[in-house]
Amino acid sequence: MPNVMIRKKDDGALLFYVAKKDMEETIASVETDTAETWGGEVELTDGSRWYIDPISPPPAFPTTLRFKRADG
Amino acid sequence: MAAMTREETQALIQEVLEVYPEKAKKDRAKHLAVNDQSVEQSKKCITSNRKSQPGVMTVRGCAYAGSKGVVWGPIKDMVHISHGPVGCGQYSRAGRRNYYVGMTGVNTFGTMNFTSDFQEKDIVFGGDKKLDKLISEIETLFPLAKGISVQSECPIGLIGDDIEAVSKKKSKELSKPVVPVRCEGFRGVSQSLGHHIANDSIRDWVIGNRDGDESFQTTPYDVAVIGDYNIGGDAWASRILLEEMGLRVVAQWSGDGTLSEMELTPKVKLNLIHCYRSMNYISRFMEEKYGVPWMEYNFFGPTKIAESLRAIAARFDEKIQANAEKVIEKYTAEYEAIIAKYRPRLEGKRVMLYVGGLRPRHIIGAYEDLGMEVVGTGYEFAHNDDYDRTVKEMGDSTLLYDDVTGYELEEFVKRVQPDLIGSGIKEKYIFQKMGVPFRQMHSWDYSGPYHGYDGFAIFARDMDMTINNPCWKSMQAPWQKPAEGEADAVAASA
Ligand code: SF4
Repeated sequence: MPNVMIRKKDDGALLFYVAKKDMEETIASVETDTAETWGGEVELTDGSRWYIDPISPPPAFPTTLRFKRADG
Repeated sequence: MAAMTREETQALIQEVLEVYPEKAKKDRAKHLAVNDQSVEQSKKCITSNRKSQPGVMTVRGCAYAGSKGVVWGPIKDMVHISHGPVGCGQYSRAGRRNYYVGMTGVNTFGTMNFTSDFQEKDIVFGGDKKLDKLISEIETLFPLAKGISVQSECPIGLIGDDIEAVSKKKSKELSKPVVPVRCEGFRGVSQSLGHHIANDSIRDWVIGNRDGDESFQTTPYDVAVIGDYNIGGDAWASRILLEEMGLRVVAQWSGDGTLSEMELTPKVKLNLIHCYRSMNYISRFMEEKYGVPWMEYNFFGPTKIAESLRAIAARFDEKIQANAEKVIEKYTAEYEAIIAKYRPRLEGKRVMLYVGGLRPRHIIGAYEDLGMEVVGTGYEFAHNDDYDRTVKEMGDSTLLYDDVTGYELEEFVKRVQPDLIGSGIKEKYIFQKMGVPFRQMHSWDYSGPYHGYDGFAIFARDMDMTINNPCWKSMQAPWQKPAEGEADAVAASA
């Protein structure tokens, strides 16, 4: 369950950064992204998938959250 | 030689890989690529940040080099102890040419080497007592040091010394920050992890020191320059442009920087990052914890400088934006004269780079301003985010090489025949002996600065004096030289 720093890029997309691994990737899609809740399965542009229990109300970015890997 | 096509470049990579055994070939193939600007994700074409292959030559450094040599070392008013045997610090002492002002040995310590000089008995019985004593000695001899950092070399982690406990105790005793840094050389695959570990220790021991202290008078125009190590005066040449624009540079990280500048950084309005690789984590941290936004910029060559100045100004009010235009205009005549002088001498020359940090992509614009073309580039210790940013800067079908081996780089150079190579000290003499003009682009070959408009003038002059140096015509012994008429024929066919 790595700590992931999430911030908004200039173009509005969310950047997913695993501090421990110095790995940076853009978020392609988020399972639940509404005014009330944010989270569930998150897919990155490199195809890897991560999971976080949906959070409500949605977190304010930038912030650090703990994610699980969703793909084996 | 004309530009290579995609197929030719691909064939070259295949040919170079041929000599490796099957397994090594498979691994190295992932680190070599033909650039394709349409690729959004560099990961798909090039792999980086992996352990180097045993048996090949790599020029990477270690985590200690990343922390002591790059991030912490230039902070001038602190004493940085190379904790462990004497060699790691002594052989890297002052090699990066991080310039600073101050009286060395009195209030600044940048070019000095402090080490605990481990002997066998320290390995057997532990070195904590020695460290304790050493820190007291430093305090006696150099009372003006604002703080101390303990940079661990390999043995410290191996023998399990508790440098954190010693640091805490001494910090209390001296009422100064004493920062333990766990940057043992064996951690990670290159110096890159050392940068990160150094960032972590700054986060834990420095950044929060002035929390709740509002005595520092801030202005709406406060910025910090992050990831400029002031090689040959780079940060100074950058700083004056920002100041002319009306911004106030509160901190320089870490070239010519001080401990208190770092402590004040969370209070600025914007962090400006030059070397993304070594300082992106701490900038993210400040953004999250203190709400300080950050942006990347590039001060190599007039095109990129103007682009960056405008982008920085866009984060501030109209006054700053107008000032940015004034600054650009002020220097226009100056850099146009430089281009007019050097471009005709350098036009069309082809360059191959192999450096670290930000340079393999950041310098491209400066070469292009001089009419030159970068035909190959690579990083010693990049991550995929570095290549993401590089793919767009490089021309199509150019060569990309990650953690390139000595053999690969030599072969590439033989085939691509660039007019100039920009790389480090370990490559320098090989290529010079091969008769290829070479600039040492880690510490600017004892020259610099190269940042900013002032730096561009020096950069252009240096490239010219290297490429057009008459010595390259004297590479062959006179008796081996072909006769007059033949020489022209050879030159024409080359
Ligand atoms: S790898 Fe270890 S022994 Fe070698 S320079 Fe780095 S810290 Fe020193």
